[in-house]
Amino acid sequence: MISEVIPTLLHSVPVDDTWITFDVNSFTQNFWSSTFDGLTFGAIYALVALGYTLVYGVLNLINFAHSEVFITGCYGVFFTLSALNFGPSAPRLAFWAIVGNLVLALIVAIIASALMAVIVERVAYKPLRQRKAPRLAFLITAIGVSFAIQYTIYWWRGPSPEAALTMFRPLPIFDVFGTIIDSQQVVIVVAAIILMIATDQFIRRSKTGRGIRAVAQDPDTATLMGVNKERIIVTTFIIGGILAGAAALFYVMKIPSGVQYNGGFILGVKAFAAAVLGGIGNVRGALLGGLLIGLIGNYGQVLLGSSQWTDVVAFVVLVLVLIVRPEGVLGSSLGKSKA
Amino acid sequence: MYRKKVISAIAAAATLGMLVAGCANQTGPSSTDTSGAAGGRINIPAISKVDVPAGAVLPAGDGKGKCASTTTLAYAGAETGPNAQLGINIFNGIQLAINQHNAANPGCQVQFKKFDTEGDPNKATGPVTQIVSEPDIVGVVGLPFSGESKATGNIFEQKGLVHITPSATNPGLTKNGWTTFFRALGNDAVQGPAAAKFLTDKLQAKKVYLVQDDSDYGIGLGTSTSQALGSAMVGSDKVVTGQKDFSAVISKIMNAKADTVYYAGYYAEGAPFDQQLVGKGFTGSFVGPDGVKDDQFIKQAGDASSNAYFTCPCIPGELIPSFESEYKKLANAEPGTYSIEGYDAATVLLSGIDKGKQSRADLLSWVKSYDADGLSKHYKWDSTGELATPDVYGYKVENGKIVPIGVIGK
Repeated sequence: MISEVIPTLLHSVPVDDTWITFDVNSFTQNFWSSTFDGLTFGAIYALVALGYTLVYGVLNLINFAHSEVFITGCYGVFFTLSALNFGPSAPRLAFWAIVGNLVLALIVAIIASALMAVIVERVAYKPLRQRKAPRLAFLITAIGVSFAIQYTIYWWRGPSPEAALTMFRPLPIFDVFGTIIDSQQVVIVVAAIILMIATDQFIRRSKTGRGIRAVAQDPDTATLMGVNKERIIVTTFIIGGILAGAAALFYVMKIPSGVQYNGGFILGVKAFAAAVLGGIGNVRGALLGGLLIGLIGNYGQVLLGSSQWTDVVAFVVLVLVLIVRPEGVLGSSLGKSKA
Repeated sequence: MYRKKVISAIAAAATLGMLVAGCANQTGPSSTDTSGAAGGRINIPAISKVDVPAGAVLPAGDGKGKCASTTTLAYAGAETGPNAQLGINIFNGIQLAINQHNAANPGCQVQFKKFDTEGDPNKATGPVTQIVSEPDIVGVVGLPFSGESKATGNIFEQKGLVHITPSATNPGLTKNGWTTFFRALGNDAVQGPAAAKFLTDKLQAKKVYLVQDDSDYGIGLGTSTSQALGSAMVGSDKVVTGQKDFSAVISKIMNAKADTVYYAGYYAEGAPFDQQLVGKGFTGSFVGPDGVKDDQFIKQAGDASSNAYFTCPCIPGELIPSFESEYKKLANAEPGTYSIEGYDAATVLLSGIDKGKQSRADLLSWVKSYDADGLSKHYKWDSTGELATPDVYGYKVENGKIVPIGVIGK
């Protein structure tokens, strides 16, 4: 019976009733490759998630425009590398030339994203804050700003994604259980983790970091103790922008044709979900949440047999975790983060 | 303060170090491995001409057309949106036909109106409702995509407004009992088997991996192709509209050791898919249908696109010199996929207007009984709105351009 069923499943017509297949075989076969890809995406989600988490920690505001801060960085990468003659095919450049170009693109992306973050803060949030607007007004403004930026880019660049930009040809580095880990995955994951550790240490140890934590804990007392609240808020947006800019470089590295006016939207939603999953307001939670969302989505996709399931599985897990731990896995508090 | 500086310095140095390490590993063999992929593949030569029917009906007609100055034809379909290029190809073809008609017929200046659906079934009902409510519009070319055609066919039917799709290929569209729907090309029940035959015969594929998207078009074409492929298909997977990352699908393809991938969907997803597939070391061929066959595919996939073939029930309009030069003057670009189908469909309607069929009912019965050659093929529809024996062409990417390789099936 089974032997009859399996070939028909394999060659079956993919109509709607066969869209759900519980394919354990494919899962075991593809376990390691989906793990490594999941971690790579997770690292990018985590970098973007940090931006949501930091701003939420300081302002109790969900900055929905952060996905546009991220896509601004992507355009920064795109324009820099296009100007440097990068195109759909990986350029044949000397090794240091590639490094130099990528670092330049990274710097431009970081500046572009940080600048956009500051503009969003100054134009959209600061006036509301000065007028002591209710929380709901901030939320709606955030969504409005997000769409305004998206469609400004649409009006400027049109609906199609920009041409693919290949930075370098990923080459195999390690072989883990028969699955190749390539240079691209290693670069993204390791560089992202270094950035996250640096951010964590910065928040925990530096004077500005202490200011951020103080404002997150109790803005009024922090002001009384001599912390410049406005300056701290801008700094927080800048840090979020810097990380989003770095994430933009890695994202374009991974998805060369991902630069598009609405290209940040879904990624932003998933990064936000990652921040909530790990515990919003918690820097390490964002890291953990990002990696988890990346991994769970990829596993679900392979196990259930279709890319349609990536987001379904990721968000179902999010809901389940929140039912058990409404605070997120690591709990949500930037102010109380141990230091 | 000191500490902060140290941390940022370490972070910057380490990030740089990682970039270095990653690139260092890739500089070595990159000069040798790019051409290797193409070496093992079958080479099918490009064709340089197609036969044009001798007595093809042209938009200019006899120059004696008379009509009211309000007579209007409309295009409904994507002008913007992720797959806008296919729509742009079509309405430029229509515009060319109307320009030629109006230049030759001083007594009949047909107006042309465009309505944007973004190619999205959810957004198409609004523009189409607007079209049917404008009494001056007597005929429509559109809609280009299958999903939006399905969503709007009833609106046209209720108002008795004839519409000729130059590109929607889902076979189910003619099974709705609509009397106002006509298809100016072959459907996917023709394209699927032709594609399967092309894969297994011409490309000599032994292990085909079939990937389809979640559109009506992708599901329909995936179904008819997989049935025709039979045991040559080693696996199948589905992707979603708007997907950017295909790593999970690609690792399945690599594990199945497939030699050829058939992608039933549009170029918006097909291009990044092929690009990532080649990036992961896939050396076989990538074959896509008409929805992928567009210069945007090459633009977005880059060098990876050199492994691509296309199947398409469309005629290579760029090989018809008279059409090619006029189109180029108008659109400042080569004719694209479905430009000539749009041109021909508009010609069918224009020739009716010239013959005095200037109400919706008259023009509808004109199309129903139409039996003449167009530039691309013979047009005569059966009662459901299908053509008799449409050709399916094969195309491939050569030196960064899409070139036709001849008829691959009927």
